Amino acid sequence: MRIRQEAKTKVIEICDRYKNEPSPLMLILSDCQKEFGYIPLEVQEVISAETNVPVADIYGVVTFYNFFTLEPKGKYVIDVCTGTACYVKGSQNVSDKFAELLKIKAGQTTDDGLFTLDNVRCLGACGIAPAVSINGKVYPKVQLSQVGKIIEEYRKKEEA
Amino acid sequence: MTHDEAIRTLESLGDIQCACTKKLEDKFSGKDGKRHIVICGGTGCMSSNSKEILARLLELIKEKGLEDKVTANIVGCFGFCSKGPFVKIFPEDTLYCEVKVKDADRIIDEDIIGGKIVEDLLYVDPATKEKVKRQDDINFYKKQERIALYGCGTINPEDFEESLGYGGLVAFKKALEMGPEKVIQEVLDSGLRGRGGAGFPTGRKWQFAAVQKSDVKYIVCNGDEGDPGAFMDRSILEGNPIAVIEGMMIAGYAIGATQGYFYIRAEYPIACERIKIAIAELEKAGLLGDNILGSGFNFRVGIRYGAGAFVCGEETALLNSIEGQRGMPRPKPPFPAVSGLFGKPTVINNVETLASLPYIFRVGAKEYAKIGTETSKGTKVFALGGKVNNVGLVEVPMGTTLRTLIYDIGGGIPNGKEFLAIQTGGPSGGCLTKDELDVPIDYEPLVKAGSMMGSGGAIVMDEDNCMVDVAKFYMEFIRDESCGKCTPCRIGTKRLLEILIRITRGNGTLQDLDDLEDLAKNIASGALCGLGQTAGNPVLSTLRKFRKVYEEHVIDKKCRAGVCKQLINFKIDPEKCKKCSMCARNCPTNAITGVIGKEPYVIDTKKCIKCGTCVTVCRFGAVSKE
Repeated sequence: MRIRQEAKTKVIEICDRYKNEPSPLMLILSDCQKEFGYIPLEVQEVISAETNVPVADIYGVVTFYNFFTLEPKGKYVIDVCTGTACYVKGSQNVSDKFAELLKIKAGQTTDDGLFTLDNVRCLGACGIAPAVSINGKVYPKVQLSQVGKIIEEYRKKEEA
Repeated sequence: MTHDEAIRTLESLGDIQCACTKKLEDKFSGKDGKRHIVICGGTGCMSSNSKEILARLLELIKEKGLEDKVTANIVGCFGFCSKGPFVKIFPEDTLYCEVKVKDADRIIDEDIIGGKIVEDLLYVDPATKEKVKRQDDINFYKKQERIALYGCGTINPEDFEESLGYGGLVAFKKALEMGPEKVIQEVLDSGLRGRGGAGFPTGRKWQFAAVQKSDVKYIVCNGDEGDPGAFMDRSILEGNPIAVIEGMMIAGYAIGATQGYFYIRAEYPIACERIKIAIAELEKAGLLGDNILGSGFNFRVGIRYGAGAFVCGEETALLNSIEGQRGMPRPKPPFPAVSGLFGKPTVINNVETLASLPYIFRVGAKEYAKIGTETSKGTKVFALGGKVNNVGLVEVPMGTTLRTLIYDIGGGIPNGKEFLAIQTGGPSGGCLTKDELDVPIDYEPLVKAGSMMGSGGAIVMDEDNCMVDVAKFYMEFIRDESCGKCTPCRIGTKRLLEILIRITRGNGTLQDLDDLEDLAKNIASGALCGLGQTAGNPVLSTLRKFRKVYEEHVIDKKCRAGVCKQLINFKIDPEKCKKCSMCARNCPTNAITGVIGKEPYVIDTKKCIKCGTCVTVCRFGAVSKE
């Protein structure tokens, strides 16, 4: 797969942002992840050419951190908090329910590219456990019976 | 006052601080002739629509022409997250809790215009059923002492003038007047120990770095709060960012650093944003940059984002991450104070440690050292969570007992359930049972009791939690987060998890229990970094304190808490069953049979996959686990 010219321009622009930083790789990757939603090999190659860091090293960093992904994520990323406070209040069951209704496992994306289900470590919102965050919108004290409604909410948004 | 022009001298900073203090005092006392509404802007409350409440309040203030008489703004975390969002009215100091967007109209109409307290939005003491009007009179706050959380829930974290008016940079100014050596002595005298978990004396850490001869030195603030279930650092960064930066400036001045870095989890966008705003304000005022306040001290601050790796909370792994590498720990020595970031002397301090510094310098080391115990001074912030009535952020003097933490402040266990254990120190810590409730919160006594202080996660568990399952949960976490650099941790944690899974599925043997202990101890002695050395703790501590529960899983194939699905059976009570067929219609494997309206429903345990759907859908509580 060849990278589109405009995407390449964007990556170069991101690299330029951090020209004066002593170690810009994490900052560049973090911006690329935000920009494209994932960091495929093609993007890594451009970063490598711009920063003189070998692709192998960049790949090593990308695969080390949970925040960076090689695959694109769904339009709506469902983060079910499985931090301890949420876990002891049953967040595993909440995650299982999402998995059952979306017919995917945690970490996967639905075939229509609409939803990605992720179990994340602590959103820091322990006061409202169990918490679920969908594209940054946090749902507090999620009950199993709410899960279907939450998914419906996004499906409807898509149809509209 | 304006701070559009850079502040060049100590005197002019003093003048501006005085003016800001007066303005803030007038705000809280009502001397400015206005009334002020503040709303919690912490993460928990934001997700319960506190932003929308603020928007509605501002809309109403405009609509009703109250702009000259009333203001409204966001403040940092109040700490009492389970009762949020909070709205507070000055000068009366009225506190409203669990406020909804629709309540904004009533607050404006009844309280602001009508001058009458909206009674049903007040906090109700669960024991006495009495309504409480002021924050200080709520039991949750009574035994707390706010030092690291100073300003959280009071000042607007995005308003530089409010920070300056609330003691901001008073400590930094004092430090500049003292000189670096005296600053370090002051921190040594205060007895402050690192709040990230290990409890190393902060002043000693600084001393090591201060004596190093190097043209460049660094201060790094560790805000990579990875313990699942802890959010102390997040709330401090969100609630009073200037205080943390001020702590960093003091540390930088003391050791002769020119550059500071914040390393903050990318999962904390609000914290990152507020630190960014605060840095920009300080730069604009000339308080970060070259020759700060004419002292010859040059200092700049940057932000780096964590990218979701627990091991990066380990200081040398964190340094690798800032340098743009895989976040794997480095062998020590050399210690970071000698060779740290980019090979230069580096001090890494936790957010809470840095946030305690301004207080120490404001009141003096002697005064600070009066708080706490013989060996541990000051206060500790805990993120109290799990099965406890009052979930939230709690700051208590060192030496407070766990009982006070859980029962007096936390309000006990909900729904009349029995307390089982409290996990402190996160995945690296351990659990403490009801026999250990009178252990004082202090570094050494907690270790002696079989746990540790850690960064401040405190998760309460009740009789419905299975400790084998909890150990499995932590082990899964550690297995995932092991960086893979050293073998004991990489492979050992995987094997530990496999054994635990076996036990929770009813396939464990007594030999497994001995193997768990052996293996956990081996990992502790063979691993490279702090994460690896403590990786076996969840297993060791639960085994020590709940061996009987493990044995029940292995010998009787029973999980008394009903958590381990393979070991439980669901049953429908024919007396309670209303024959509505709700369970049968929702059962994914058609394991439930009966006749609607005539015969009670029965579960075929052979077909049952123990998903628990029937328990959830039954409206009559007829389905139970056994």
